[in-house]
Amino acid sequence: MQKIKNLQNQLQQSIMTSPKKLRDLIREIRAAKTQAEERAVVNKETADIRNNFRDEDSTYRCRNVAKLLYIYMLGYDAHYGQLECMKLIASPRFTDKRIGYLGAMLLLDERTDVHILVTNCLKSDLNHNTQYIAALALCTLGNIASPEMGRDLAGEIERVIKSSNAYLKKKAILCAVKIVRKVPELMEMFIPCTRSLLNEKNHGVLLSAVALITEMCRLSPDTLNHFRKSVPLLVRILKNLIMAGYSPEHDVSGISDPFLQTRILKLLRLLGCHDDEASEVMNDILAQVATNTESSKNVGNAILYETCSTIMDINSESGLRVLAVNILGRFLLNNDKNIRYVALSTLLKVINVDHNAVQRHRSTIVDCLRDVDSTIKKRAMELSFALINENNVRGMMKELLEFIVVCDDDFKADAASNIVAAAEKYAPNKRWHVDTVLKVLTCAGQHLRDDVIYNMCQLVASTSELHQYSVQRLFLALKEDPTQQALSQVACWCVGEYGDILVHGTSEEADPIQISEDEVLDVLEKTLVSSLSSVISKEYALNALVKLSTRFNQTVDRVKAIVHPYASSTDIELQQRAAEFSHLFGTFSELRNGLLERMPLIESKSTLVNGEGEATLSEMEQQADLLGGGGTSPVKSSPLDGLSPPISTQQVVPV
Amino acid sequence: MLLFSRQGKLRLQKWYEPYPEKQRRKITRDLINTVLARKPKMCSFLEWRDHKIVYKRYASLYFCAAIEPDDNELITLEIIHRYVELLDKYFGSVCELDIIFNFEKAYYMLDELLIAGEIQETSKKNVLKAIAAQDMLQEDETPQGFFEDSGLG
Repeated sequence: MQKIKNLQNQLQQSIMTSPKKLRDLIREIRAAKTQAEERAVVNKETADIRNNFRDEDSTYRCRNVAKLLYIYMLGYDAHYGQLECMKLIASPRFTDKRIGYLGAMLLLDERTDVHILVTNCLKSDLNHNTQYIAALALCTLGNIASPEMGRDLAGEIERVIKSSNAYLKKKAILCAVKIVRKVPELMEMFIPCTRSLLNEKNHGVLLSAVALITEMCRLSPDTLNHFRKSVPLLVRILKNLIMAGYSPEHDVSGISDPFLQTRILKLLRLLGCHDDEASEVMNDILAQVATNTESSKNVGNAILYETCSTIMDINSESGLRVLAVNILGRFLLNNDKNIRYVALSTLLKVINVDHNAVQRHRSTIVDCLRDVDSTIKKRAMELSFALINENNVRGMMKELLEFIVVCDDDFKADAASNIVAAAEKYAPNKRWHVDTVLKVLTCAGQHLRDDVIYNMCQLVASTSELHQYSVQRLFLALKEDPTQQALSQVACWCVGEYGDILVHGTSEEADPIQISEDEVLDVLEKTLVSSLSSVISKEYALNALVKLSTRFNQTVDRVKAIVHPYASSTDIELQQRAAEFSHLFGTFSELRNGLLERMPLIESKSTLVNGEGEATLSEMEQQADLLGGGGTSPVKSSPLDGLSPPISTQQVVPV
Repeated sequence: MLLFSRQGKLRLQKWYEPYPEKQRRKITRDLINTVLARKPKMCSFLEWRDHKIVYKRYASLYFCAAIEPDDNELITLEIIHRYVELLDKYFGSVCELDIIFNFEKAYYMLDELLIAGEIQETSKKNVLKAIAAQDMLQEDETPQGFFEDSGLG
């Protein structure tokens, strides 16, 4: 009877006090239909959890922390659980420790103070008799070690690496990787015990050991030299892997342990880089991997990809390099877009190593410009630009101009700048150059950067034999499509500068069409008035009009009439320019001819080609201002500045 | 390493580099949005700040990993696939719900596969064995009494 009563009590107690189960909470949260409902459930639960924490209840602590971790994942604050995790870790129960360490890995980062507490727990658990508890400690250390923790525990880790338990050993080695990353000085401690690890048979240990060596080599050139003598051993391991028969444990679709293979290949890459002797030793095996790896599955290609990167990075034989580039070329034809992508990005990396080998795959690369995947298109575009040289510039440019018409808007600016740069560098003749840039202006005029505009103006100005041809083409293009801002700006500038040649000039290059002064003014006026024009384009148009007043004979009054109303424009820049210009028609008209003379030729700075750095670009912009075009600063861009201070000051009227 | 659903709900997160909480949330949100915005025809890689992102969709779940610029994207896909295979073996044809309700187990599995972001074991058998042994330890501790109710529940 007493027993039954006890049981009853127990039952009641457990119903009364035991906190909600983890899975029930998850179910409840999932049942919440709105964000607010979810928040209510979570708030209620966190209140309960906090109460439980306060009561120092240890039976249900792990459940509460687990719930807290779930809530944390939903995006709620959970940092008050950090100390509870420490308590769980200190508990003797495995269940508690497992959740405790999980919580520690999730909730702690290097910055929190609790971190020091963990160090002590880790220290004792690393020596625990139960290997799984030691494993938890290793795993936690490997994932969240801070520099201090690394220093405090490196000795323990070294001890575990030397132990005979493979399960703990591999984890300890990866802890060493983490520690070395955080505190490179500690490397010394691990070098001696690492060497022998390469003789291990266990794949987990071997894999981790290779990772550790790779990390150390990456961090220190001395260590790199030290491990160069392990190259023959690594080659042997790789060889055994390839030759080994089928082992179901480590096999992935017919390839034995691809994870280990790629890791060794990566280490070989580091070791062979800039070292003839080491490269020589690995030549054969790389050729073997490159030719024998089956490429129908992703795994095989992962290995081939790693092999190619290694071949191209080390001092390998030229035949081997060609083999590697050909493998990458074959990747370009693969159905798998991921493989096409890595091929393009690797080719881009190796193009400086072996330009000619890559050049051979030009047509496949250009085909990738038409890929449906924009990531691939972007890579193909970059690579295509890298491939352009004197010999293929016409063909490549044709493809790229087609590309720029159809490509996504976010590529256009890049593509345009690159086309312009490449055209400048490799143009077979001036006319082709002008045509190419003009094509860019007409088909991507909305997306161009200032450097292109500057570049084109400079180009037109510097080719005096093509002045009429260029300005005619620009004028007709502007007439056709006034909405492309970059085109309007270049066209306006050129028409302004060379309006007289446009109307009166005769040249063999240009088409024999007659354009009247009024026609020119019509187009400029349209640009100035159109609501589709940007303010900068309007500024260009305004300047052009004024310049034309000195180049045209019959239409000065019309120019005056067009410019005048802008003296009361709501845009300050336009207003100031128009006001200043109006004075040029009145009081200061004798200055007009002198001021509006043709601009002197501006020295080209062909630094654009690589599109390098912000500095060059801003330099370009500064120069662009000098052209009398549309800078944003009225001081710099007004052609009147410095010449007639009284006018400028007089005219800064409040709007 | 991030796991999230097609609806953009986070299902598992694992950080191998320390980031402050605020930044973690921001990165997570940005990444989820970027990846979900991509079309199925696009490749599984993208460049993101100074890392490369490798992601793959399995049914309703996206698995997403950030790697260093000189890491191998294709083998990363294999590692992701290995993780999915392990979960699948463990749960018996795993689905998103398994991972939601047993998120801690999904974490345990990941910790047996990766440490410090590096793969530690290439044998599926060994990983599953280690997990099974630890589950066993846990079970042994849990009192089996009918009215008792400890453990995670």
